[in-house]
Amino acid sequence: MKKTVFVGAFAASALVAGLAQAQSTLEQVKNRGELVCGSNTGQAGFGAPDANGVWQGFDVGFCRALAAAVLGDPMAVTFVPLTSQTRFSALASSEVDVLARNTTWTFVRDVDLNLTFVGTNYYDGQGFMVTRELGVSSALELDGATVCIETGTTTELNLADYFRVNGMSYEPVPVDTAAEAQQQYLAGACDVYTTDVSALASSRAAFAEPGDHVILPEVVSKEPLGPVVRHGDDNWADIVQWTLFALIAAEELGITSANIEELKTSSNNPEIGRILGTDGGFGEMLGLDNDWAARAIAAVGNYGELFANTIGDQTPIGLARGLNAQWTQGGLLYAPPFR
Amino acid sequence: MSSTTDPRQTAQKPGKPAFHLSMLLYDQRYRSITIQIFALFLLMLGAAWLIDNVINNMRLLGRSFSFNFLWQSAGYDINQRPIEYDSTMSHGRAALVGFLNTVILAILGCIFATVLGVLAGVLRLSNNWIVSRLITVYVEIFRNIPTLIWILIFGAVMAESMPAPSSFRGDDPASSMIFDAIAITNRGVYIPAILFQTDLGSLTLGPVAPSLNWLLVIAVIIAGVYANKLLIAHATRVQNETGVRPKTWWKTLLILFAPVALVFLALGAYLDYPELRGFNFAGGTHLRNSFLAMWLGLSFYTGAFIAEIVRGGILAISKGQTEAAFALGLQPGKTMRLVILPQALRVIIPPLISQYLNLTKNTSLGLAVGYMDLRSTLGGITINQTGRELEGMFLLMLTYLAISLTISALMNVYNSRIKLKER
Repeated sequence: MKKTVFVGAFAASALVAGLAQAQSTLEQVKNRGELVCGSNTGQAGFGAPDANGVWQGFDVGFCRALAAAVLGDPMAVTFVPLTSQTRFSALASSEVDVLARNTTWTFVRDVDLNLTFVGTNYYDGQGFMVTRELGVSSALELDGATVCIETGTTTELNLADYFRVNGMSYEPVPVDTAAEAQQQYLAGACDVYTTDVSALASSRAAFAEPGDHVILPEVVSKEPLGPVVRHGDDNWADIVQWTLFALIAAEELGITSANIEELKTSSNNPEIGRILGTDGGFGEMLGLDNDWAARAIAAVGNYGELFANTIGDQTPIGLARGLNAQWTQGGLLYAPPFR
Repeated sequence: MSSTTDPRQTAQKPGKPAFHLSMLLYDQRYRSITIQIFALFLLMLGAAWLIDNVINNMRLLGRSFSFNFLWQSAGYDINQRPIEYDSTMSHGRAALVGFLNTVILAILGCIFATVLGVLAGVLRLSNNWIVSRLITVYVEIFRNIPTLIWILIFGAVMAESMPAPSSFRGDDPASSMIFDAIAITNRGVYIPAILFQTDLGSLTLGPVAPSLNWLLVIAVIIAGVYANKLLIAHATRVQNETGVRPKTWWKTLLILFAPVALVFLALGAYLDYPELRGFNFAGGTHLRNSFLAMWLGLSFYTGAFIAEIVRGGILAISKGQTEAAFALGLQPGKTMRLVILPQALRVIIPPLISQYLNLTKNTSLGLAVGYMDLRSTLGGITINQTGRELEGMFLLMLTYLAISLTISALMNVYNSRIKLKER
């Protein structure tokens, strides 16, 4: 008798595990009533809690837009801070639904790690920051320097390649988080801090004397950063991808968080109508309702607004649009047509 | 129950009644075996379920289980390299570098922790009030704060409070080197290195190639220690026969140091001093912050535990032993060395083995200060770059298990040599 109970419990638990597997990410998110977003451990401008403990930033904004699209509430997001070492296991093990944490899109990650990169929300490149008093004006003068670097990142590999190709030597000081890297760099334990230029700018903005530090002109790699989801749930990947495209297309078409209600009724541009759900029924094709994109844009603004509010040149981070301008403005942002 | 009532059968097999299946549960002789087999069966079932689960999930994710990544190019650099390594070499090679770094840290840590621990353990029993209280403070502070915190504290102190290499520059530098030979900077300590003019080449042992020069030096040192042991044994024999112990201290010094000095002279050994070149010091040996933080943190922490083990071992020896030794006219130092410690060792060694194992396993905290041990290379960067968590963790577990079992085996051999011989 006891044996049967045991076997029964065993089978039941296996069945439950199997059911949890079978449920799609969208269903899981809807049942849970909130989105779990893998975020940075704290990078000003991109993803960090503010003084009230509310997460703010460019990547955080994307998660809020996604939550608004899927659940109708931009605040229904739990942010899980992940280091560069833990981020992929957290995503693969379903600990988070989406990873929006300046993660570079590479072949191995996309193909071998079985991740799906849905697009690029920030085109970045790796750069070097040094103190002004070091008197260095080019990365080619860094032979023999001590370099602080976050382990487990593409920067680590680019750094090794760059110094080898240029026949220079260096002393790597591996660190676990950006905060630790900044501390080591400010203490002078390394001459150079290297990571994506956007992150360098974000770190520098948080320093006591930002003027004492220069970012060298060399950009040594392509770092397309974007949201990542698990391989195998194509519907969820579509939702994340088209939420990103909706934000980008909204800027291109002039939809802002301010004029969105007005455009819903007054616009006669059919593409605006399709994005805002007054036409075409696109939301239902995704398994959402037709207001999804309108809610996302209303929550955080279009791509340009989100950029300007979090990391743009009016903020302490002070990043120019550069490559991240619309394709019509000479940048690389190009959303496929909503059709 | 017919068999037990049949008198002929009982006579044929005394005490062996026929076996019934129900006896597995109701007979005390078999019940424990039944329970054990049942428990083992459950355990195996559980393990099979876990393994099956992993295989299934891997298949669902479209992942394979393969160690091929070990032969792919690693692509990252490692700062502390006991063997030749650059970023074009394989992940396997990087793991080997990490393994050697782990072993180096474990060996040096165990040595320093033992020295600290024995000293502190003996001194805590000192009659001198200040000394014993100071040691109590050391033991209690280090024992009651987690290792990781100590490692971070040592790392932060080194990085934040020591001068940068640039402050050694200029005609009137803010900092200067000790004896023009040792530079203590916020990037680590630079000490002179011993180099040889004559190079005997290196021995190729698979992936590692130790220098023959150093192998020769080590061989000479081992030979010297062995010769010295023979000398002492001889002196003891003479003392037993004649009652007079021949003077051996100058012979010991000669045997231990003269051959090594000769080898150094013959190979043209010289000191390579560190000097400021470019951004950093070049030349000499660079003891990195990460290494020093790990070494000091682990040694002081484990040393505090060893101190308590040593103190416990000494206190376990009855006071009568000391009194008897004093009555024979032995001085306190000799009493400790000849009477107390040899007996105390029997109590000390078994718990000491666990401390060595703890220290070795704690080296895996290296990533906290960027020490490139096995956990940071194979278990950190390699796993992250290749996405082979399962394989990497599996290798990591096997390696730590192998290291720990080796230490355990060596220490058990030592333990069986010093334990009370029962004849």
